[in-house]
Amino acid sequence: MGQVTNEGSIVTPYRRYPPGSQPSRVYEPYRSTVRRNPAKPLIFLPHTLSEVTGPVYGHDAMSETDNDLTRQHAGEPQGERIIVTGRVLDDNGRPVPNTLIEIWQANAAGRYLHQRDQHPAPLDPNFSGAGRTLTDGNGNYRFVTIKPGPYPWFNHYNAWRPAHIHFSVFGRAFLTRLITQMYFPGDPLFAYDPIYQSVPDEKARQRMISKFDLETTQPQWALGFRFDIVLRGPEATPFEA
Amino acid sequence: MEYVPTPSQTVGPYLRIGLTEKRSVKCLAGPEAKGERVWLKCRVLDGDGAPVNDAMVEIWQADSEGKYNHPDDRQAKTPDSACLGFGRMGTGEDGSCEFETVKPGRVPGPGNRLQAPHLNVGVYARGILLQLYTRIYFDGEPANEEDPILISVPAERRETLLAHRDADRAGGWRFDIHLCGEQETVFFDV
Ligand SMILES: [Fe+2]
Repeated sequence: MGQVTNEGSIVTPYRRYPPGSQPSRVYEPYRSTVRRNPAKPLIFLPHTLSEVTGPVYGHDAMSETDNDLTRQHAGEPQGERIIVTGRVLDDNGRPVPNTLIEIWQANAAGRYLHQRDQHPAPLDPNFSGAGRTLTDGNGNYRFVTIKPGPYPWFNHYNAWRPAHIHFSVFGRAFLTRLITQMYFPGDPLFAYDPIYQSVPDEKARQRMISKFDLETTQPQWALGFRFDIVLRGPEATPFEA
Repeated sequence: MEYVPTPSQTVGPYLRIGLTEKRSVKCLAGPEAKGERVWLKCRVLDGDGAPVNDAMVEIWQADSEGKYNHPDDRQAKTPDSACLGFGRMGTGEDGSCEFETVKPGRVPGPGNRLQAPHLNVGVYARGILLQLYTRIYFDGEPANEEDPILISVPAERRETLLAHRDADRAGGWRFDIHLCGEQETVFFDV
């Protein structure tokens, strides 16, 4: 199934997102979606070489502290040290090896090192809040960081974002590109957060929540959280054709 | 176990920290790359025509011979090693960002037809929960008439996918991305 011959090249289409698994583009409770998303229907694009190929990017000069956000400065940042680890898989359950993951986050007080962040919480001179790593041959990755604090925003009265870490993943193709947010289990703010709630399906929303993991947790040092990421995968592999 | 893709979420509002502050890629094709040099200025506008100053634009393209630098492009051609084919930039206060590249060649498309030269574009911003995909074609390119994807777009909306020559700059091109509103750009269901 699924192979289309294109003048000497072969394209295996990728699976489309199942209904409800991705956020609504216009979600009125998240106000800025309304004027920043198309009102006209999207036009169906059959997958061509342009979509199923993608950048092999970020493999240059990874530094030793790129995946340890607690060691990027002279001193240690304030807050709860945590380990965040997991696997990147495709929707066939196959690992996605050697792909770039980039993260960014607020500090323990809920403040970003960003000129537009006006939240009156302290910056931490020992925390920049950005990291990157490559998955290994089995799709595994690992970061050491501190637990970000929740932060206020202006979407509605008394609006607060649940604590989260922004994740950006490339995957194999331009269409596998995923930017998401990883949340922490049991956050009382989920019910009030339109960004989290923009995903229609309850089970799908829960896929953004990391799991506390005692095995990843290191005694006398740091709590561990697992966050597996699933990207779109090809409908069939060339071997199965 | 069932594997369902993880939901996407917005990059906003502080994407610069992780993605564009130190990790911008302005140049998709180095000086050694073959092909016609292109300086592309993209502008992102919201439904009120206001500049979107906190967006990120990503571009993926083939080299000047129509070969993608990727193992799943099995055409019998050698990729131009000076053409990375990838770029990404954050937008400035005026909603714009600039790229330097070469005009891509034609790549195969559906129905054994060649596609016209085009750039593949992903748009990310505060207020965008799932990236928007569009394409940039080049105004005046004869192959546009027979491009299988452009032809699938209603005729009156094709114009929104064309970059136009910048009269002020040799090799310069401009492309406006209207996220919504009257001049709304065509976005694709990929
Ligand atoms: Fe955030």
